[in-house]
Amino acid sequence: MTKMVRQRLLGAAALTVALATGAVAQDKVVNVYNWSDYVDESVLQEFTKETGIKVVYDVFDNQDIVETKMLAGGSGYDVVVVTGPFLARQIAAGVYQPLDKSKLPNLSNMWPEVTSRVAEYDPGNQYGVDYMWGTTGIGYNVEKIKAIMPDAPVNSWDMVFKPEIVSKFKDCGVQFLDASEELIPAALKYLGKNPDSKNAADMEEAGKLLASVKPYVQKFHSSEYINALANGDICLAVGYSGDILQARNRAAEAKNGVTIQYVIPKEGANMWFDIMAIPKDAPNPDAAHAFINFMMKPDVIAKSSNYVAYANGNLASQKFIDPAILSDVSIYPDQETLANLFSTTPYDAKAQRVLTRVWTSVKTGM
Amino acid sequence: MAERRTRDVKPFLGKWALVAVPYLWSLLFFLAPFLIIFKISLSETAIAMPPYTPVIAGVSDLWTKLSDFTFDNYVFLTEDPLYYSAYLSSLRIALVSTVLLLIVGYPIAYGMARAPKSLRNALVMAVILPFWTSFLIRVYAWIGILKPEGLLTIALQGLGILGPNEQVHIYNTEIAVFIGIVYSYLPFMVLPLYAALEKLDATLLEAAADLGCPPTKSFWVITFPLSLPGVIAGCFLCFIPIVGEFVIPDLLGGSETLMIGKTLWAEFFNNRDWPVSSAVAVVLLIILVVPIVIFQNQQKKA
Repeated sequence: MTKMVRQRLLGAAALTVALATGAVAQDKVVNVYNWSDYVDESVLQEFTKETGIKVVYDVFDNQDIVETKMLAGGSGYDVVVVTGPFLARQIAAGVYQPLDKSKLPNLSNMWPEVTSRVAEYDPGNQYGVDYMWGTTGIGYNVEKIKAIMPDAPVNSWDMVFKPEIVSKFKDCGVQFLDASEELIPAALKYLGKNPDSKNAADMEEAGKLLASVKPYVQKFHSSEYINALANGDICLAVGYSGDILQARNRAAEAKNGVTIQYVIPKEGANMWFDIMAIPKDAPNPDAAHAFINFMMKPDVIAKSSNYVAYANGNLASQKFIDPAILSDVSIYPDQETLANLFSTTPYDAKAQRVLTRVWTSVKTGM
Repeated sequence: MAERRTRDVKPFLGKWALVAVPYLWSLLFFLAPFLIIFKISLSETAIAMPPYTPVIAGVSDLWTKLSDFTFDNYVFLTEDPLYYSAYLSSLRIALVSTVLLLIVGYPIAYGMARAPKSLRNALVMAVILPFWTSFLIRVYAWIGILKPEGLLTIALQGLGILGPNEQVHIYNTEIAVFIGIVYSYLPFMVLPLYAALEKLDATLLEAAADLGCPPTKSFWVITFPLSLPGVIAGCFLCFIPIVGEFVIPDLLGGSETLMIGKTLWAEFFNNRDWPVSSAVAVVLLIILVVPIVIFQNQQKKA
């Protein structure tokens, strides 16, 4: 079953569970809203076993939908996982409640390096706790790329942003994330500009670069590339690190002769943080704190990292993480790579309109 | 006197109660939401919950904040050719799809109406049956058929029409959107056509044949004009939702398939600009409602 259908069904199932458990005492449920394919589900069962709180787990693959739900209010979620710039804007809109840190003793396990970077979005770390973090880079099918272009510059954005190179891979399939806030900064970085630029002329120039390679891009989509890479339907994708690594694992499990590799391009890539926060109108704030505290237990978050192949912001968890993951520089980058990673800040309404307009014109030629 | 009055009032009330139900329904589920959307379309975006301003708290509040309302969002729609092109492209896709649906649907409905009576119910069932599977899953099935490594490529390669290294490149194009739309909306075209054709008096055609009218001519002179109400109902039932279609172009179309549903999505979700997206929706409604009203008025005159 394809991902989106599965998600809808999951969502429907979660809703049914939510309705069915409506009668249970209030504090015994926590409603969690997280990215799809982003947790080891046994962790959720452990949480219920330990605390007696039932987890109603709902998923998304598009943060814009999350933000719309949050801004409309009354979402009914207790814990929401959102990415940095989105969190910053939603905090400004008054969506979240400050964390009660006395209920979060496991905060001592967190990784100061990550916490301080998260503070750029959430000054003083008042509202959120990092769940996972990762990068946005390039995933490719090793055999197919090698067959088409033995000397392909796989460790560079040249792979996807240089028309004469990416055009070679058109027939075997290229997909980009349908996320303007990822592709425009990456293109800006490639052009040697500030990736966080909110300047309209800069964004338009990045748009021009993207438009020049658009003819070779089969689709802009934010989750389809996982299965497409794993099945060998496409051979090149710009995507989230962990998603591409999941594609790698799925291909390995299926033994279909497909080998997927993820690289952080040498020019630099976006480093993003997914952060757990509690909406102001959360029905069960105590359960929400208990859940966040539980997810900061070193062995618990390590289990999830081992499963989804994303790095987390928990320093104490690193001794429980599979050495193969911990030593993988595409997941836990070395200092040199880390220095090359950039982060982006929220777009205000005017810059957002330019960004979306540039993105629409990249995709439709309009 | 008193007795007579009650006798007069009662059936009068009963009639009104009956008529009031659909009006109340429209008021509650069409007019009220429309007014809310129209109101938002006159607002401005803000970083807040909800993300626009002004927010009206009550009727008295409405008058004090009236001056904050603005038609800027409608002006904005005329300034960027994107919206104009998206509306036009949606109307074009809907028009082409509706014509295709009519061409495909008419023979099916005709065949059903001409089938032996005992078979007809089974045939109607067959048309409705696909609805038992989720719409989303059926559209996904088309991805499996149309994608380059999909069933269509395999079938055509098997038949020797395509070479072993050739593939069908329909998925992510506008052709795939047309296939998806025609497939999904076919029952909405077939059923009204069937209802109209089934009522057709067969003796008229016999009479025409007796008087020497060839079958093709009697089709165009008798059958088609008499089925016209079904044709119109089917076309409206398909055309209107297709204009605003989002799911099919999103799943089967390429990135360059421009439709107003996708533009609306981008305004609402990517830009979080509820006012502009509401303005897009209001304009879309006007584009659809005005021709229908004109058409109905002309029907009444005729």
